[in-house]
Amino acid sequence: MPRLSAERRHRVRFTLNGSAVEAEAEPRMLLTDFLRHELGMTGTHVGCEHGVCGACTIEINGVPARACLTLAVQADGATIRTVEALAPEPGRLSILQEAFRRHHALQCGFCTAGILMSLDNYLRQRPNPTEENLRVFLGGHLCRCTGYVPILAAAMDAAKRLREVPANA
Amino acid sequence: MKPPNFDYIRAESVAEAHAALAEYGGEARVIAGGQTLVPMLSMRLARPKVLIDIMHLAELKDIAAKGDALRIGAGVRQAEALASRDVAEKAPLLAAALPWVGHAQTRNRGTLCGSVAHADPSAEIPLVLLALGGSVALSSHRKRRSVSAADFFTGMMSTARADDEMIEAIVLPAKRPDTSTAFQEFGRRHGDFAIVACAAVVSPDGITFAVGGVADKPERRDFPALDGSPLDDAIDAFAWELDAREDLHATAPYRRELVRRMGRATIEEARRCLA
Repeated sequence: MPRLSAERRHRVRFTLNGSAVEAEAEPRMLLTDFLRHELGMTGTHVGCEHGVCGACTIEINGVPARACLTLAVQADGATIRTVEALAPEPGRLSILQEAFRRHHALQCGFCTAGILMSLDNYLRQRPNPTEENLRVFLGGHLCRCTGYVPILAAAMDAAKRLREVPANA
Repeated sequence: MKPPNFDYIRAESVAEAHAALAEYGGEARVIAGGQTLVPMLSMRLARPKVLIDIMHLAELKDIAAKGDALRIGAGVRQAEALASRDVAEKAPLLAAALPWVGHAQTRNRGTLCGSVAHADPSAEIPLVLLALGGSVALSSHRKRRSVSAADFFTGMMSTARADDEMIEAIVLPAKRPDTSTAFQEFGRRHGDFAIVACAAVVSPDGITFAVGGVADKPERRDFPALDGSPLDDAIDAFAWELDAREDLHATAPYRRELVRRMGRATIEEARRCLA
């Protein structure tokens, strides 16, 4: 039975945005801190650290989840996607990211990485969302700048464009 | 807000989890989805010496419909139950309540048994388990036992689980064809903790009505098949009997008033589907 001592750092390996990565973590290290401090992937933001604000949302094994409610050691062997995976190439934004820019769906940007990760997954599962679907789904995210209206507009616009160009998702 | 130090054990069998629980007892905590436990660790409300991860145990991942019962293992995530045809058909009350449990992003990791284990007074899954007359399957290196939901929830975040026991599953009686159920919740925002949640199971012979979020644990009453003002009176008497909490979200009188109004509405919603 694998037992990881509190006092030591332990190797954690998983697939991050398509590449195998590994680093060391104490059992108590949150996945947010592991991504940011051990792997240098600072796109995932740390907000409330108790699962309420949604800023740290990433994809774990194909579904959106809170990185701050996950221990790094729990993620060993998982497949993880973070906001860094969204842009198809440096200097180019994804359709969803472009829609956020066009609709001014962000101001300070703190909540944005989490919202993008939730929406990216949701629009793949449900390419034809209603605004009501999106309102309920985005209930899992807090934004203090935008008032949410531009975020909804960007999401609806992105959904429409993604339906037109599905291969470019 | 970072968790304190603990050792982490990845159990590879239920027997290993039992052995670790026998060794550390109250100083160990089982972790499944972690959606309640990890924030408790971060806020230092829990300071276990050892965490025992049970999410690698295939035998705990089943939703099994056997005869007139539905057994949901400790490794089943809330999103998996929400997508399950067995849950929709055999436990429609649970299917109606699950969308109110946290947000989609937390349901993707949180488990049903984890919610039951923590027994938050406003949690939906303990309320459903109580309303349906379900039970909790506990096991340890010593023995297995089944505890009814009515006996399992003993107070604010406290249960009848012994320190060396783990929850292996919850068991719900399958919906009988002559019954109908409904669930309603009131909160500040969809996905927040319930200020009041109501569950009703109605049949031609009677009503089971249960509320969460009001007292320090979910509470349930069985009424005969009342209607009109006798039903209002019965719900009102129940509302007065509840030891309603006060917190920054709502006063006790406000919670009792929600029980009266939502209670009636929930029972009527269940009856509309009884046909």
